[in-house]
Amino acid sequence: MNIVVCVKYVPDATADRQFESDNTVDRVGVDGLLSELDEYAVEQALQIKEKRDGEEITVTALCVGPEKGVDAVRKALQMGADKGVHVVDDAIAGSDAIATSLVLAKAIEKVGPADLVVTGMASTDAGMSVVPAMLSERLGLPQVTQAAVVETQGDQVRIKRDGDAATEVIGGTMPLVLSVTDQSGEARYPSFKGIMAAKKKPLETLSLSDLGVDAGQVGLAAAWTAVEDTAARPPRTAGEIVKDEDGSGATALVEFLASKKFI
Amino acid sequence: MSEVLVVVDHVDGAVKKPTYELLALAARLGEPSAVFIGAAAEGDAVAEAVKGYGAEKVYVVDDAQIKGYLVAPKAEALEQLVAKTSPAAVLIPSSAEGKEVAARLAIKTSSGLITDAVDVQEGGVTTQSVFAGNFTVTAKVTQGTPIITVKPNSAAPVEKAGAGTVEQFDAVISDAAKTAQIVASQPRQSTGRPELTEAAIVVSGGRGTGGNFEPVENFADSMGAAVGASRAAVDSGWKPHTFQVGQTGKTVSPQLYVAAGISGAIQHRAGMQTSKTIIAVNKDEEAPLFELVDFGVVGDLHSVLPAATEQINARKG
Repeated sequence: MNIVVCVKYVPDATADRQFESDNTVDRVGVDGLLSELDEYAVEQALQIKEKRDGEEITVTALCVGPEKGVDAVRKALQMGADKGVHVVDDAIAGSDAIATSLVLAKAIEKVGPADLVVTGMASTDAGMSVVPAMLSERLGLPQVTQAAVVETQGDQVRIKRDGDAATEVIGGTMPLVLSVTDQSGEARYPSFKGIMAAKKKPLETLSLSDLGVDAGQVGLAAAWTAVEDTAARPPRTAGEIVKDEDGSGATALVEFLASKKFI
Repeated sequence: MSEVLVVVDHVDGAVKKPTYELLALAARLGEPSAVFIGAAAEGDAVAEAVKGYGAEKVYVVDDAQIKGYLVAPKAEALEQLVAKTSPAAVLIPSSAEGKEVAARLAIKTSSGLITDAVDVQEGGVTTQSVFAGNFTVTAKVTQGTPIITVKPNSAAPVEKAGAGTVEQFDAVISDAAKTAQIVASQPRQSTGRPELTEAAIVVSGGRGTGGNFEPVENFADSMGAAVGASRAAVDSGWKPHTFQVGQTGKTVSPQLYVAAGISGAIQHRAGMQTSKTIIAVNKDEEAPLFELVDFGVVGDLHSVLPAATEQINARKG
């Protein structure tokens, strides 16, 4: 069985994230790492492999991203993925989710066939959470998304999730696209052994031409949306802060609420 | 004037408020048409509801054959409706499902996609809030039919009479779209409070509650507010994940957000920073959330909130 985990290299959310002059996300000047939410996807892939002990299962970590994106693949390898694939090409910079999903889908077809494509619920930079559905659409596979609990048996996958209006159990048959939330199980830290082992694992680098993707289909110029402007939110002007002494805090709070006509 | 398709957000035919907000935004771009995917029998009631907010047409897509098959069939139905109507744009509520439907529709129709818009202007220019609310981005779809998902509370509903002409639309759904299905569904139990993502006021509790949400809930009830929780409170098992406000929970953008006993990790801020007015109550005056607030009380929520609740209830007489 082949499991492909999509991992994204994103600017560190705790760092000072910026935009470039062309309104794309600065992925070079800001420290990057494996998107925290994709760690859960790697974890889930590894858990599926561990639970299906005795089957031949390969977990491939796939990243479409800049040169430094290889760090995201390495982290997945250190956690326990078996091999890594890094699609890197200058033409990809500035791609929107639609183009990114195209490259991912072509890469999955190339390294596949995949029985399971596992992703996080969203990236921690753009946070659109649309790539799993786009991959499902492009690959013609069922989607079971936003999983909090994942169970597989044979070629059946069942997930439990908190839907918009209900808690749901969703079922599908492999091959399929699975996305997991941060409820699906704490991601493991790479052990020293894992870090050493990762150095010997196969790591393939692919370009767009390897995937048969025309450079004109990706990148900023080919994006179907255009960012017109990015502006740092003006810092909130410091609000009034009071210390609660002898119950004065509640009175001040109620007065504030009344002054703003909330009560 | 071109039609603008608005996908109706509803539960079993009961139209939800984001639908009316989307209709108000749609009117800036063209002639609003509502698209109701649900039980055909509920079509008239839905039409009655949306025509009061400017819907000129109401397309009823009967879901008898596709109910329980998630997003793929809905995207197919919309693709066919887009082909038929050539709309100026398609507006979809920014729920988890709405974004997935939008994602598939964008690929199917070779159209650009914008998610989580907090405003849509004439000409289709959208506003989004990114990087934990630290940046505001304006963008525009440049190819195909603009597909835009819009967050709740992004516009005020506008009461305005529309024709509300009902048109049945028979979508042809492929078997390929029916490959993943809902095996079981447990509807969320109503708390009697407003829904978190739609509420005008949200009161959230965090680690500082120590697991006792009573002061938070009582205060919320005095304000007619929804109750939320930080990830720390959810991870501690004090509230289910459905209450979680933050990057991996629900993002909220109410008129008023009250954070009680929440320090304000960046993931939490990402989920609430676009709230119009922010209040924090926290014992720790160093809590990062105090940097964002319009009003803050440094004090114990277990004494501040009950006293405030009492005063608010007294004012109501």
